[in-house]
Amino acid sequence: MWLGSVFVKGYLMKLFWKTGEPYVLATGAALAIILVMSLTLVGVVMSNGLGYFWPRALVKFELKDGSAALGQVTQQEKNPISGIRRFQLKVGNRDVFGQDFRWIDEQDITTRSEPADTVLLERREHGNYFGFLQGVTAEGLNLTAATPYEKLQQARKLVAGKLAATRKIKEQMSDLNNSAESLRLKVQKLEYSGKEKNAAAITELTAVREKAMAEFSGLNEQFTATQADIGRITAQFTDAVGGSKDISLTEIVALQRPNDMSFFAKCGAYLERVRELLLDDPRESNTEGGLFPAIFGTVMMVLMMSLFSLPFGVIAAIYLREYARDGLMTRMVRIAVNNLAGVPSIVYGVFGLGFFVYGIGGSIDSLFFPERLPTPTFGTGGILWSSLTLALLTVPVVIVATEESLASIPKGIREGSLALGATKFQTLTRILLPMATPGIMTGLILSMARAAGEVAPLMIVGVVKLAPTLPFDTNFPFFHMDRKFMHLGFHIYDVGFQSPNVEAAKPMVFVTTMLLLAIVIIASSVAIYLRNRMRGKYTTSTF
Amino acid sequence: MSQTNDQTDKTPILSVSDLNLYYGQAHALKGVNIDMARHQVTAFIGPSGCGKSTLLRCFNRMNDLVESARIEGSIRFNGAEVNDSATDVISLRRRIGMVFQQSNPFPKSIYENVVYGLRIAGVNDKTTLDEAVENSLKSAAIWKEVKDRLNESALGLSGGQAQRICIARAIAVNPEIILMDEPCSALDPISTLKIEELIEELKDKYTIVIVTHNMQQAARVSDVTAFFYLGELIEAGGTRKIFTNPEKKQTEDYITGRFG
Repeated sequence: MWLGSVFVKGYLMKLFWKTGEPYVLATGAALAIILVMSLTLVGVVMSNGLGYFWPRALVKFELKDGSAALGQVTQQEKNPISGIRRFQLKVGNRDVFGQDFRWIDEQDITTRSEPADTVLLERREHGNYFGFLQGVTAEGLNLTAATPYEKLQQARKLVAGKLAATRKIKEQMSDLNNSAESLRLKVQKLEYSGKEKNAAAITELTAVREKAMAEFSGLNEQFTATQADIGRITAQFTDAVGGSKDISLTEIVALQRPNDMSFFAKCGAYLERVRELLLDDPRESNTEGGLFPAIFGTVMMVLMMSLFSLPFGVIAAIYLREYARDGLMTRMVRIAVNNLAGVPSIVYGVFGLGFFVYGIGGSIDSLFFPERLPTPTFGTGGILWSSLTLALLTVPVVIVATEESLASIPKGIREGSLALGATKFQTLTRILLPMATPGIMTGLILSMARAAGEVAPLMIVGVVKLAPTLPFDTNFPFFHMDRKFMHLGFHIYDVGFQSPNVEAAKPMVFVTTMLLLAIVIIASSVAIYLRNRMRGKYTTSTF
Repeated sequence: MSQTNDQTDKTPILSVSDLNLYYGQAHALKGVNIDMARHQVTAFIGPSGCGKSTLLRCFNRMNDLVESARIEGSIRFNGAEVNDSATDVISLRRRIGMVFQQSNPFPKSIYENVVYGLRIAGVNDKTTLDEAVENSLKSAAIWKEVKDRLNESALGLSGGQAQRICIARAIAVNPEIILMDEPCSALDPISTLKIEELIEELKDKYTIVIVTHNMQQAARVSDVTAFFYLGELIEAGGTRKIFTNPEKKQTEDYITGRFG
């Protein structure tokens, strides 16, 4: 009986291995691990990033030594040495306390409260201010509201109206500045081509320019005066330790009383912050404010990169697969292309600097803009050189994908077309390329994802921490290929590791990462959707 | 349609003499001599690897695509040398159509499949194309089945239908010869029967050369049968004679199934 059962068990085990069940389980497990890993990645980024904009409660701790602290609890832990629980408090008021964060031991705390009248100010400089509103000094403003908080809100609305007026002046000034600059370049060019010959034109243009400059300085005076006028409208605050502070209303970006907000009010504040993130310019050396220039720069750079690498890669692959004679040379080229995809990206960056920026850019400058030298125009990093460098980096991916998809088209299809009297070129354009499009799209998706994530080569060929202008604007010729630009990947590095206040910038790192991830996912999804539509159209039954 | 009169009707449309073909070192066709008459069905039979498909692909120069192929000897199509480097391969292929073993519809609509040959020849007149589609689909005996879905993808058709679309596609450019390389080997018996009936009808307008593994098929559809073995043409003659009273022992062994 016992022997029998051992025999049956052994037989069943053998059968178990024979069916291949364990291997199927192993493949399933591998897939599950990969799935969990990618979900974790997205989860970590989201959980760190999403909470950043939620208006958190301002907690006031009364301490045993008689002082007090006000701020947002960012984390709590057991002190690794003494074993006592402690809180990390973001106390803000960097200009007063000198630092944003403070650790407080639980045993030092006497009371913990969340006073409803605490205010949170987002300021243009020095980070957030946490404190209590005392009053508003508003000369020339007719404030009708009763409480100081309502008064402040009313004052802010009036100030916002005045600031809008100054913005118009600013726009006029920027237009004047642009035309003065283009005049200056014209004069420079005329002077370069012959000072005596163009003397009349030069004096004329200089006169026009001086007029514009005079107008500019007039406006500037007006602007500074109004600005100073508005700046005199201030509000008085006191902080947790009793110090008082006078803050100009132009300094205040946002005003909240987080302890007094309903859930919906908090949702509204959250959405407002998201809007600011997506559409506004950064502040405070990129650690606050929006990311619009970086988003724009990343998307534009990736699109330009695709514009260069897609046609180039596809044409190269067509030659390699359809026209080149299959021999040692073709095989070598193929190996070289595959290896090119594995070259460290910084190498491309250095190449881009030497070849595109100094080589081609330098030549363009000396040929077309000699009058501006030694100030470079194209002979310095810019969005054009960045996208070309990345196109070079991603072109092997497109080549390999195109070649693979051309190779996977059944021989019968080509022969069918040729047997009807089609030339090789007609077969290629009418049959093969449409059929290869889904595969080419796969290559494009991979290359776009890679380009969006690259940072190292871009640092050398055109990305900057803060670009004053976008590479696209309403001034002719609209696309400014020579301009430097901002990029989300570089932004992460810069905010996370180069900013003066790394601890405060940490959430911003995750928010930026989340955005970069979102851009890659959106771009890939669009491409995948297009690919699937084509696949439905061109897939043969023989695949 | 070929502009035939009694004079040219008697001369062979295709005439092969002393044809040798090498794939690298391999000698695939050895001194083949055969003539094919107009408006007849010629069947090539023989075991796999005997060179019958290779010969078929010589007629429209499809062997050009094989880099290692080297051809000696002569093939004359209406008296003109096919293997001449001055021959216009494009117009040659337009006049000698081909249907393949595996049906190979393009990933386009049925309509676009049929007019493909015309479009690449530069015909874009809508009425001409419409007419060509209707005529060739009718000739290929598939008009009734697909006339309501001409704009649907040809990839959704069954194997037999797809093969008839490929025949219609070949007919649409109005060739003189249609080469068929085992057109029924991937089809079920009913589709096979339809294609065989079709060959019978097409014979009136076109000259057909068909390669087949199926000896019954050769016996049913062809007027002339040629038996190949190891790259050599063993025997060619009237189908009835080949199947009832072959001259060579090898032929008899093969058609009676006594072949090693």
